[in-house]
Amino acid sequence: MISLEPVAVPGAPLARRNPVAKLAAGLIFSFLLVASLDPVAPAIAIAVELALLPLFGIRYRVLARRALPLLAGAVGILVTLLLFAADRTGRVLWEAGPLLVTSGVLVTALGLVLRMLAVALPGVIVFATTDPTDLADALVQNAKAPARFAIGALAAFRLVPLLGQEWQMLTMARRARGVDAGRNPLARLRLFVSTAFALLVGAIRRGTRLAVAMDARGFDAGTPRTVARRQVFGPADWLLIVGAAALAGGALAVSVALGTFRPLIG
Amino acid sequence: MASVRLVGFGWRHAGRRAWAVRGVDLRIDHGERVLLLGPSGAGKSTLLAALAGLLPADSGEQEGTVEIDGLDPTKARERVGTVFQDPQSQLVMARCGDDVAFGLENRGVPGDEIWPRVDEALRRVGFPYHRDRPTAALSGGEQQRLALAGVLALRPGLLLLDEPTANLDPAGAELVRAAVAGALDPDTTLVLVEHRVADALALVDRVVVLTPGGGVRADGPPEAVFAAHGAALAAEGVWVPGHPTGSRPAVGPPGAGLLTADRLGLPPRLAPTDLTVRAGEALAVLGPNGVGKSTLALLLGGLLRPGVGRLTGTAALADGDTRTPPHRWRAPALAGRIGSVFQDPEHQFVTGTVRDELALGPRRTGRPESAVRATVDELLDRLRLTRLAGANPYTLSGGEARRLSVATALATAPRLLICDEPTFGQDRRTWGELVDLFADLRDAGHGVVTVTHDGDFVAALADRTVTLHPARDEP
Repeated sequence: MISLEPVAVPGAPLARRNPVAKLAAGLIFSFLLVASLDPVAPAIAIAVELALLPLFGIRYRVLARRALPLLAGAVGILVTLLLFAADRTGRVLWEAGPLLVTSGVLVTALGLVLRMLAVALPGVIVFATTDPTDLADALVQNAKAPARFAIGALAAFRLVPLLGQEWQMLTMARRARGVDAGRNPLARLRLFVSTAFALLVGAIRRGTRLAVAMDARGFDAGTPRTVARRQVFGPADWLLIVGAAALAGGALAVSVALGTFRPLIG
Repeated sequence: MASVRLVGFGWRHAGRRAWAVRGVDLRIDHGERVLLLGPSGAGKSTLLAALAGLLPADSGEQEGTVEIDGLDPTKARERVGTVFQDPQSQLVMARCGDDVAFGLENRGVPGDEIWPRVDEALRRVGFPYHRDRPTAALSGGEQQRLALAGVLALRPGLLLLDEPTANLDPAGAELVRAAVAGALDPDTTLVLVEHRVADALALVDRVVVLTPGGGVRADGPPEAVFAAHGAALAAEGVWVPGHPTGSRPAVGPPGAGLLTADRLGLPPRLAPTDLTVRAGEALAVLGPNGVGKSTLALLLGGLLRPGVGRLTGTAALADGDTRTPPHRWRAPALAGRIGSVFQDPEHQFVTGTVRDELALGPRRTGRPESAVRATVDELLDRLRLTRLAGANPYTLSGGEARRLSVATALATAPRLLICDEPTFGQDRRTWGELVDLFADLRDAGHGVVTVTHDGDFVAALADRTVTLHPARDEP
């Protein structure tokens, strides 16, 4: 199951930063790292991310659990590349029948996997330390996002967990009506599509009711909105963004100095 | 403070031939408390939506005028607060306090005034939790209380309540009524739509009765209106106090056992339960909210895999399948033996018309087409759905959708019928029809199991009751 609830200890120095600042810092950090294909820069970045984790109030075990799908993906990429990469240059490290692992393959594969982890981890950290309500508030107040979009998305987001229950209900209701697919894959596909359609219809109806209820409470009526929960964007938040840029830049600089830097373009 | 004036008001939803409401002349003064009554389809909810300013001009056609304090309702929205039926789809935020603050933010109330007003509104409805409480952790009744607080925080002159307790069990409904009673002040005009008149009477001092397509039929103090029109209203389906419903005890002793539950449970949703379901018997499953009644219904219906214990179908129910637990039966076989009626009828609709919906089950169980047609026609007639045979099931009213969902379960002639809260939010007429239908089934030798909070329904129909209790090791 995908969980997006924050898991951090509230009050950790970096978890407390403005959600928009965290989001911006994460984006800048990830974006800079995408620029290089080598394994050194992402390795440094991951080390930095893991070293900073306690400041975000996340325990390593919690992060590992949250990042499990990511790790599974990383293993998948590693295996795929080792088996199928076209580039078989470099020293032969291991040979077993048709399987030929060379240093070139290993460097490319590791580079890709590390890059994926280094780029994705900031996102995992940001959402693990950020309450969705705070994020919507900060997007409206600090990033000047339209409330119609931010609060609307937040309200819709609250209904997402209901979809899982609804799916189970629809499946059972269909079984009760004598509809099942048995072992026929085509019937199974048809049943899936019809259940998904019913889920969609239900979601739209519920969304419409929610929109009417929000309307009735004056949402998006043209009156300038005030805010109940003030989000502050202070010097410390700027510092977080600058720090993220500096650390990512530093990782790239080390990679250049070591001569391993391989730009994405050119 | 707000007053309402309707002159020759009518509304027709876009794409419909019939007027949802028409010819309404009505004046409601400051501080009056009005119960709006009428049979299903009289246009009560449409009228309320018009007062709330929630009928956009492009969504239909209007006749006559409707005014709040002399203003068009779309321009008087700040004076009006509305609580709707479904608690799930009117809470916006993840935390209770934030949800109450949501409306205040929208109205541009200065930031430092918001939280005192949130706390005041929560106090007015007797909300028992801190404002940081997640809205998802509330029961239905508590969610409706919170929705009421969110509306009251805006200090509306006109409070509109559209069947705020229809989706709630009796305890939750009582919570909401107590909150409304405690929160009303002489400055708030109230218009309430509610089926269960007896429960609503304490809140109102005036009753207005609408006729489908025909404006206002009666208007005045509750006693006078019910003395003059009570019997007619009861016959049309309104739950008028003092008009008891009939009862249908079994005509004979129960027959063979159909299902045996042996320590059947699904922790943590349902503690292990022993139970026998018999043919020719109406069994009612009772118990407090959250004890697992709906889960038991799904387990007995062969729709959920038991977590612990065993469910066995007897030879009388399962033919040769007595060794296989019901949740492993193929769906067509299951539908021919056990019919399940869900709490929300819309979950069960699979096709595009009422007729196809009824034909689906018999076709899946392999009946010849002529037999399918005969079954469908008989059920359409028996449940007053013939007029709607070509309609889309999703466009039916609450009572019609309920009748259809029961009819679909009966279409495969199962030996056992299992219903989860079949009478929730139903008017008196549909309610009586359901009692008669289930009683007829039972007297014809079928087993009927209902999970319900409806005491009147139990009294009218049940031959035996089983009360579920929370597991002892849990609070």
